Amino acid sequence: MENKKGESPTISVDGLRVVRGGREVIADMSLHVPRGSIVGVLGPSGAGKSTLIRSIVGAQIIAGGDVTVLGHPAGSPAVRGRVGYVTQAPSIYPDLTVKENVAYFAALVEAEKDTIPHTIHAVGLADQTDQLAGTLSGGQLTRASLAAALVGRPEVLILDEPTVGLDPALRNELWKLFRRFADDGTTLMVSSHVMDEAIRCDRLLFIRDGRLLADGTLEEILADTGAQDAERAFLALAGRSAA
Amino acid sequence: MNPRLTAVTARRILQQFRRDRRTIGLLMVVPVVLLTLLWWMFGDTTDPTTGQPMFDPLGARIMGLFPMILMFIITSVSTLRERTSGTMERLMASPLRRGDVVMGYAVAFGIVAVIQGTILVLFGVYALSLDIEGSTPALILIIVMDALLGTALGLAASSLARTEFQAVQMMPAVILPQLLIAGLFMPRDQMPRALELISNALPMSYSIDAINDLVAGNTSEIWPEVGILAAFIVGSLLLGVLTLRRRTG
Repeated sequence: MENKKGESPTISVDGLRVVRGGREVIADMSLHVPRGSIVGVLGPSGAGKSTLIRSIVGAQIIAGGDVTVLGHPAGSPAVRGRVGYVTQAPSIYPDLTVKENVAYFAALVEAEKDTIPHTIHAVGLADQTDQLAGTLSGGQLTRASLAAALVGRPEVLILDEPTVGLDPALRNELWKLFRRFADDGTTLMVSSHVMDEAIRCDRLLFIRDGRLLADGTLEEILADTGAQDAERAFLALAGRSAA
Repeated sequence: MNPRLTAVTARRILQQFRRDRRTIGLLMVVPVVLLTLLWWMFGDTTDPTTGQPMFDPLGARIMGLFPMILMFIITSVSTLRERTSGTMERLMASPLRRGDVVMGYAVAFGIVAVIQGTILVLFGVYALSLDIEGSTPALILIIVMDALLGTALGLAASSLARTEFQAVQMMPAVILPQLLIAGLFMPRDQMPRALELISNALPMSYSIDAINDLVAGNTSEIWPEVGILAAFIVGSLLLGVLTLRRRTG
């Protein structure tokens, strides 16, 4: 794929429909994510953010529509090694050390050995390298889980609420890290229910009740709604769609 | 399947396992203790029909159960844990194939099974003077295959369980019926015809048949049963691969 910025999108979702437990949790959603950008998926808990993300990594049974990543169907063998995925709950092995966890996920994507310490350093866990993951604090666990996805230097990073419950300084560090990856050409999709994080993203997807309320830059969305910040814009759009 | 990915996964599972000293201890010691209890009960009793100690055939027939049950539980709980903790979802989004996950578990726990089965048989033969007419290495082979069968059945059954309660109950559901009609309590050809046919379709029956051959000293006759046991192990592993879901609701 010789994609340059602005050419064929890294992630394409067309007419996605997902039914869970007999209820339609995503109804006819279409969106496109350009390469090398940070896209924020914002919406309240239960809006369908995780379901959308799981559809993009190919973990979700979908009822209809097409999801392509890097030009291939989501979750197909051609893209699995090129997409890093961090689940909402930190998911690494508690009975392995940080290093052993990261080394295992590195081996799965055939990453170079020296990327293991670099990645652990990048998420700020250098002092916990040989600590069992089960003994880490909540914030450290989140970062270890993140390291396991970053270590392969994936072209696409899908992060489900990576900053939830982290202290503000740490959150700031992580967003800086995400920005560095985006500058290097990585495409990031980051979900959050904290509207303040909108300013960190290049593009925003507002989601509510399984529907897309908005898809654009923060400026575009603010101009469209006449609101002063993301939170008020979201409220305006939610009111508009309910009417 | 990719041999490299299977190997790194097996290595990771053994790394986790190595940390759990208590589980290792229980896996290696519990079968030995159970066999010792049996020896204590039957060590001095002679079978009136053969004049041989009762413990010899009884111990040989029963000891394969212990590794099978333990490995079944260990395997089904660890794969369920992998699914509920989210690591399985992560693995399924990685280049790992479903066969690599199942074979990774089979290889890692297979190594454990070999050690466990060997310790158990050697302890029985040398410490408890368990005496069979057939060869001891052949007995080790059957006991290790029992443990492997436990692992393979555990992998296949764990996909049916959604919670840990269900996973634990898979053991009585899958293993106990086999235990009852495999020929331990009554020779299979004396059971009602329907039960005999059912027992023909269950793997543990062939383990008991093979051990009966060994007890009688017919070591060379175990190979058809070894083949059938191997086929059940491979079949259960395939079932484990097919029931592993990359996409979930």
